[in-house]
Amino acid sequence: MSRLRDDYENSWWRRFQGWVDGETDLLAEGMEIRVPGSGKEDPLGEGKKPDVQEQGRHSKPAAGPGRSRTVYNGRGIRYFRRFYQVMSVFLCLSIIFVLLWTVAYLPAFGNAGNPDNNEVSARYIERGLQETGAVNIVTGMILDYRAFDTFGESCVLFIASCCVLVLLRIDAAEGDEQARKRLAEANDRIFEPKNDIILQKCACILVPLILVFGIYIVLNGHLSPGGGFSGGAVLGSGLILYLNAFGFGKTERFFTEKVYRRMTLGALTFYCLAKSYSFFTGANHLESGIPLGTPGAILSSGLILPLNICVGLVVACTMYAFYALFRKGGM
Amino acid sequence: MGTLLFVNMEETVSIILFGIGFTMLMLHRNLIKKIMGMNIMDTAVYLFLAAKGYIKGRMVPIVTDHIQDVSAYINPVPSGLVLTGIVVSVSTTALMLALTIRLYERYGSLDLDEILMRAKEEERT
Amino acid sequence: MILLLSLVVCGVSVAFMKDLLTSIVIFMSYSLIMCVIWVLLQSPDLAITEAAVGAGVTSILFFVTLKKIRAIQKEGRHEQAER
Repeated sequence: MSRLRDDYENSWWRRFQGWVDGETDLLAEGMEIRVPGSGKEDPLGEGKKPDVQEQGRHSKPAAGPGRSRTVYNGRGIRYFRRFYQVMSVFLCLSIIFVLLWTVAYLPAFGNAGNPDNNEVSARYIERGLQETGAVNIVTGMILDYRAFDTFGESCVLFIASCCVLVLLRIDAAEGDEQARKRLAEANDRIFEPKNDIILQKCACILVPLILVFGIYIVLNGHLSPGGGFSGGAVLGSGLILYLNAFGFGKTERFFTEKVYRRMTLGALTFYCLAKSYSFFTGANHLESGIPLGTPGAILSSGLILPLNICVGLVVACTMYAFYALFRKGGM
Repeated sequence: MGTLLFVNMEETVSIILFGIGFTMLMLHRNLIKKIMGMNIMDTAVYLFLAAKGYIKGRMVPIVTDHIQDVSAYINPVPSGLVLTGIVVSVSTTALMLALTIRLYERYGSLDLDEILMRAKEEERT
Repeated sequence: MILLLSLVVCGVSVAFMKDLLTSIVIFMSYSLIMCVIWVLLQSPDLAITEAAVGAGVTSILFFVTLKKIRAIQKEGRHEQAER
């Protein structure tokens, strides 16, 4: 009887029914929604210690990653995995086939009469120089016509760095032993050769060049290829190289969490206010009072240059913050 | 169909890359490989968009010599879209990697099935 | 043409490479090839961004993640040995 019942419990129909009813996941041993009460012991700050013990207990019978596969050798799971693989290959192939079929009916590559080259891009090209003052049409487009979109992107970057901060930050403010130990463990700088002379000499030559190049890209975003996003990324990678060569002690002299917060918030707020002003005056047909300047000069094209600097600052700070958070769990 | 696919070579390659990324995302059990598959999917979409904006024999959309004719420059709209998209893809990648590190700290494994198993066992105990 | 083919080759080898470090390096070269393709598609803005972001920051983040994971692994092994 129990055998039968077991079969029924493992049968596809039962599992499907359970899945439809929302009782279990399709993976029988799968994840379930955690009840808020069960995770109660975590906020006490010493939630880490039982975890380690638990991990050890789990890995003891498994004895290494090779044999731990025996833990989940239920027949249903194996069938499910086989089924999953076959179905996913089938799904991928069918998606590729359908998309290729669609590509075969697309208009020819590089043809001027394609439907995506419509009046929008024509208008951007024809009137862009007069209306935005930017020589680089792409920059003029993303920072003037579509500036709100770019503001959203900057906010996405800021929110992503906040999420990484929440996930990886190690809080030493409580001052208890556990947090300090984890901080020391996470700061892996200790185990590395500290004064790598090759890296430091290379960085001496390269870092100023990279930083100057990044600043050039940011400042000339409306005249030549580049702009806030690319220049910010270049600046961020230069900072990362500097950090790698000379360690956290040097960078913390000028770049701490406070500086990061102020820079990012200031840049985002300035962007928001400037663009709100320009949208307000633009929508009401008022005179905005921002001179466009002569196209081609570096102090031209109205608000685009300050906005470029803002975006560049946000991107550079975010890149650096990602790296610092991944490395040592703090800024 | 074959000749048309060959004419639209950039698009075809981007579709193939999209398929590779999607397959990696579904079949690999390693979380880092999954994230790489996601990145490949991203770049495939960007390649598709940029290829759609390209027009043969035209220049970069930067005004030179006061030529402001439509027939001189390529389409600037896809470039603008992709430019912002690349940076956002980095931030999503960083977020996913941070989640991976946390999962590894908790469960000591990068294998998604093993992580699910361990989570279930912890649920039971 | 050759660039596009090598792009596909890089993608496939990223998928099939067993070692994570190797596949990250191949992913880096994939980004560089993509960057050259964007120069050929007449959009240098994208090329600069991709070179800085795809080949630089993303790969560095992957490397650091791998390093963290290795460190945690080593630590776990130490603890097991002590027991």
